[in-house]
Amino acid sequence: MKIVVLVKQVPDTAEERKLNLATGQLDREATDSVVDEINERALEAALRLKDADKGTEVVAMTMGPADAVQALRKALSMGADSAVHIVDDSLNGADTGRTAATLAAALRVTGFDVVLAGNESTDGRGGVVPAMVAEHLKLPLLGSLVSADIADDGVHGVRQGEGGTLTVRAALPAIVTVTERFPEARFPNFKGILTAKRKPVTTLSAAELDVPAGVSRTVVVATVERPPRAAGRKLIDDGTAADELAEFLVANRLV
Amino acid sequence: MSNVLALIEVSHRGEMAASARGLLAAAATLGSPVAVVVSAAPLADDDVAWLGELGAVRVYAALTAAAGTVLVAPAVDALGAAIDAYSPVAVLTANSVDGREAAGRLAVRVGGSVLADVVQVRSDNGTVVARHSVFGGAYTVDSVVEGGLPILTIRQGAIEGQAPSATAAVDEAFLDTPSEGAAVIDGFNDDAVVSARPELRTAATVVSGGRGLGSPENFALVEQLADTLGAAVGASRAAVDAGYVAQTAQVGQTGVSVSPQLYVALGISGAIQHRAGMQTAKTIVAINKDEDAPIFEVADFGIVGDIFTVVPKLIEAVKARSN
Repeated sequence: MKIVVLVKQVPDTAEERKLNLATGQLDREATDSVVDEINERALEAALRLKDADKGTEVVAMTMGPADAVQALRKALSMGADSAVHIVDDSLNGADTGRTAATLAAALRVTGFDVVLAGNESTDGRGGVVPAMVAEHLKLPLLGSLVSADIADDGVHGVRQGEGGTLTVRAALPAIVTVTERFPEARFPNFKGILTAKRKPVTTLSAAELDVPAGVSRTVVVATVERPPRAAGRKLIDDGTAADELAEFLVANRLV
Repeated sequence: MSNVLALIEVSHRGEMAASARGLLAAAATLGSPVAVVVSAAPLADDDVAWLGELGAVRVYAALTAAAGTVLVAPAVDALGAAIDAYSPVAVLTANSVDGREAAGRLAVRVGGSVLADVVQVRSDNGTVVARHSVFGGAYTVDSVVEGGLPILTIRQGAIEGQAPSATAAVDEAFLDTPSEGAAVIDGFNDDAVVSARPELRTAATVVSGGRGLGSPENFALVEQLADTLGAAVGASRAAVDAGYVAQTAQVGQTGVSVSPQLYVALGISGAIQHRAGMQTAKTIVAINKDEDAPIFEVADFGIVGDIFTVVPKLIEAVKARSN
């Protein structure tokens, strides 16, 4: 089985993330870039299948600037067999539609039985790219799964719905997205880090993929930074703090 | 007036989703709201009347045997057919698991673009402008769609108010069963506990607990204060990961984003990922024994103390004042 794991390099959520106020785009200088944690969980799911069946091939794919190759190196050091890097200046600031069209084209070239991705990235939080990719490829999407059983005859999974969970399934090939309920990813070991350097990374440009420019696109028209919150009163409890808080809540009509 | 489609989700038990109010309210600010509903059985008169009360001028009732057995595809087909029927200026879905998948597929199918996780909408000389709250509310970003149909996923609980009520006219349509590329639903497992507490995403007051609670049993303290304040219950990821409370209560970067009038954080250190889900609250109260906990940097009222001492006293003090 061939599994392609979609990986996105995102600003570290442990730091103060910044937008460029003129363009509305991410300020990549402001924070460290890391592999989005949800993608690591997706990769872990793929690697567990590989642990159980050595015939499983795991490919990590990303679209991003030159520096995004770091995310692929991390995936390779964790255990992916190879990687695909879609890199092209014309893709700077690509919206979800352009991103999905490009990923779909690259997935056609790469080939797969299963595509594994995160349910949403921590930066954009849109959660629409996997569905767009599925529509481009005319494939089923099993999205926002809390668990999955992936086998040659198809994927069975449990999906997190609004008021409970759903038992769902699809035949292969299929697109699958995982939630935080999937197991945490393994750490790269020393051998993994050494062998990662010898694993192949294929580079694809937008021209090679020949993705037609869509007629529709999203445009940011304004970006405003909110003033930071200021700290208010802070009491050390001496036995009376609860009463003072109750007074504060009443005075501000919060109870 | 221009039509605006709103996808109204229906549970497998036939209940209309609470997100309908916000969707129809947002639709009404952009044009004439058309509720798009997919179901296996014809809609009850009560459901149509309810949608009208929430502002639907028309209801596009798409009937298909695939509703409840095929995942999301029937909703995409219904929206596609409704676009042909009403030539809308925008399509709105909830930013829910189903809603955003429907929006993503629809954008590819009809040549539109998705404006995701929208917290406010307006029409600027006929252009649909969507507002987003980015990086946990640190930025407010406005965006538009050029050259195609705007498809908006609306953050649940973000749109306030209600559209003027209408008497909804019903247009019934029959959809074919989706043939290719669809996933199948084999069953539903509803959450067992239907709480009498307010819904987390729309509650005016939220009381959240963190790792400081120490155990699932102790988490009852959070629930007691929540019930005293008429609040919803939330939690930090640490508390969820430790198994104190269900994942659906998670507030933060990768959970629910809330903007209540009052947010009370109990035993929550206030990691940046948690603050990303609650720092747009109007008033923040924090109680934590660690004087240096970062939650105090954003708290309007902070108490450095033991939650197991302070919270029971607070419950008594609030009860005494409200009597």
